[in-house]
Amino acid sequence: MQMTLVLVVKNVSKEKKMLEIKNLQVGLEEEDKQILKGVDLKIGAGEVHAIMGPNGSGKSTLSYVLSGKDGYEVTGGSAVLNGEELLEMEPEERAAAGLFLAFQYPVEIPGVGNMTFLRTAVNAQRKARGEEELSAGEFLKVIRAKAMELEIDADMLKRPVNVGFSGGEKKRNEILQMAMLEPKMCILDETDSGLDVDAMKLVSQGVNALRSEGRSFLVITHYQRLLDHIKPDVVHIMANGKIIKSGGPELALEVENNGYADLLAEVA
Amino acid sequence: MSVADANTAANALDALSVDNTGWAADARSSALARLREMGLQTKRDEYWRYTDPATLTSQDAPQAALFDAGEKPLFDDVERLKIVFVDGVFDAEASDDLSLENVEISRLAETASADIHWAKTLYGTLESNGQDPVERPLAAMNTALASDGVLMRVTGKVSKPVSLIYRHKSESSDAILHHVIKVEQGGDITLTENGPAAARFNKVMEVDIADGASFHHVRAQGRDHERRAVTHIFTRLGAESTFKSFTLTANGVLTRNECVIELTGDDAVATVAGAAVGDGVFHHDDTVFITHDAVNCESRQVFKKVLRNGAVGVFQGKILVKEGAQKTDGYQISQSLLLDEDSQFLAKPELEIYADDVACSHGSTSGAIDEDALFYLQSRGVPVKQAQDLLVLAFLAEALEEIDSDALSEALHQRLEDWLARRSA
Ligand SMILES: Nc1ncnc2c1ncn2[C@@H]1O[C@H](COP(=O)(O)OP(=O)(O)OP(=O)(O)O)[C@@H](O)[C@H]1O
Ligand SMILES: [Mg+2]
Repeated sequence: MQMTLVLVVKNVSKEKKMLEIKNLQVGLEEEDKQILKGVDLKIGAGEVHAIMGPNGSGKSTLSYVLSGKDGYEVTGGSAVLNGEELLEMEPEERAAAGLFLAFQYPVEIPGVGNMTFLRTAVNAQRKARGEEELSAGEFLKVIRAKAMELEIDADMLKRPVNVGFSGGEKKRNEILQMAMLEPKMCILDETDSGLDVDAMKLVSQGVNALRSEGRSFLVITHYQRLLDHIKPDVVHIMANGKIIKSGGPELALEVENNGYADLLAEVA
Repeated sequence: MSVADANTAANALDALSVDNTGWAADARSSALARLREMGLQTKRDEYWRYTDPATLTSQDAPQAALFDAGEKPLFDDVERLKIVFVDGVFDAEASDDLSLENVEISRLAETASADIHWAKTLYGTLESNGQDPVERPLAAMNTALASDGVLMRVTGKVSKPVSLIYRHKSESSDAILHHVIKVEQGGDITLTENGPAAARFNKVMEVDIADGASFHHVRAQGRDHERRAVTHIFTRLGAESTFKSFTLTANGVLTRNECVIELTGDDAVATVAGAAVGDGVFHHDDTVFITHDAVNCESRQVFKKVLRNGAVGVFQGKILVKEGAQKTDGYQISQSLLLDEDSQFLAKPELEIYADDVACSHGSTSGAIDEDALFYLQSRGVPVKQAQDLLVLAFLAEALEEIDSDALSEALHQRLEDWLARRSA
């Protein structure tokens, strides 16, 4: 009896939608250029999806538009996170709703300490959700533990956000932020690029530790290697502003071995 | 200025008279003579190209409404000796007893009738030296007419800051204060100044720093929106001495802060820094003139301004390296963060170098808030206003870092944070 109950719960959560993108069309605000030409994507709660695709196909644009960056014009379609329409929200509201983007190019912020930055972010989100802010002491305890797991030393926490960080340090810092903010929908834009083999393992461990039924991932990558560590449920291929093919993890292997030519030819 | 105005001004100068009793009498009358010779400045003077001096030189001070920010007095938590002036008048009630180890403190007004005073050789001297090569008539006027001021002779390390607190209680007050500070060999003192002072405030501070002595100055100019101020610091540094001055300015229709520094002894270090936050009717001018006249001296100028809603920021900074002032290290940076297109920043950095073994750098930038940084913060859940504040504080931080005292720096940091938070609310 008890076992059935567990099964039922699991089924429900599997079916639960996390992110649903429908026919998303996006152009640039400044120039007349269409980048996303009708993207459809459904990610269930707890799932890990990967997007691969040639340079310039629109992967980062998708992640930016979902997180609310200026400069893009949504000309059609929708993106719903947990039942809430994302595209009408401010970036900070999207974050509070549970969206997180690990940037392909993390931004340097001179003059703002990494620690201050993280505490401000954590408390802003807690406030937005009506939760009590973390005290300095509580915050310190949590961040120290998480930083240690990612081998981020105390000095990096004190330094200004990303300033003078190596490529790999920046990426680890992104994952630290993710771990601190505990988002529901995590988008990782080429988090593996610039990482050495050991750092890739660290980062993957960090991501895997966060995998749970209530949390989904969209992993943008060029390489199968990352997907050896973070096993995706679904792999999508994006080309020229559209998802042209979706499949299981084997799709990533196919790309690794053959490149995109065949896949592109299929849809042409 | 029309001919009629010029005549009025000249007549006004003719009509001026100085207190011709006591130890300062000579200095006062020669200052008046200097002033008459120079005449008051006008908008046409090159040195006042970006700032209209009319309301600083006018016969009467324009009225300035009183403003109660409703905040805790600044530096309240800092242990210090307080000297209070209300609209330029010493307030004995509100002030502490002026005795403190290693510093002898008296006041200009109280000692005026005496014939002898240690300050006699200094009062008006550095001001007078500072009139060349650029004229500063309002400083000469100050020497001639100052009603009061603090005279401090520092003989050793002073255990706590001396704090000048300027209160503004009358809408039409026109205050002229002149301070003289002599830091003798081995002397080390921190002086703070804060408060709006008066509707119009003309202040001169002469600081003579002996070999090996240190002078630290931290100032926060009052927040009364309509107040005006013209201030001059004239300082002379002996060998291996230190001068460090930091000013935080928020509000005030018009502020002109001049700092005239002369490095006369080898291995001296002078730093002058400022952070200004202007919103709306706000004109803030930092004018610095640093003369290197000794070997192996260092000077730093670090000015940051955040401007919005039509606020105007001005920076004129000159480094003059005299012949023989080898191994001079001169650093100058002036930057503004313009939060909208109505605001402007006018900068005129100048280098004049007559020595060959010199490293001088200067940079001036003016820019908007970094959109990528803003988005990055927002994407982490920080509301846009708060994110902007964080970036504004980060921008100003470089100037605040020039303050040595953690307690004072922390107090100003906190104050800035509160102001920004309140404005965002
Ligand atoms: N702000 C912009 N201004 C001009 N062009 C843009 C802008 N943003 C994106 N583009 C263009 O849109 C296309 C898609 O860019 P995007 O960064 O989304 O690609 P990507 O799939 O992430 O590529 P990569 O794999 O190289 O990271 C590219 O041609 C890019 O040059
Ligand atoms: Mg990209």
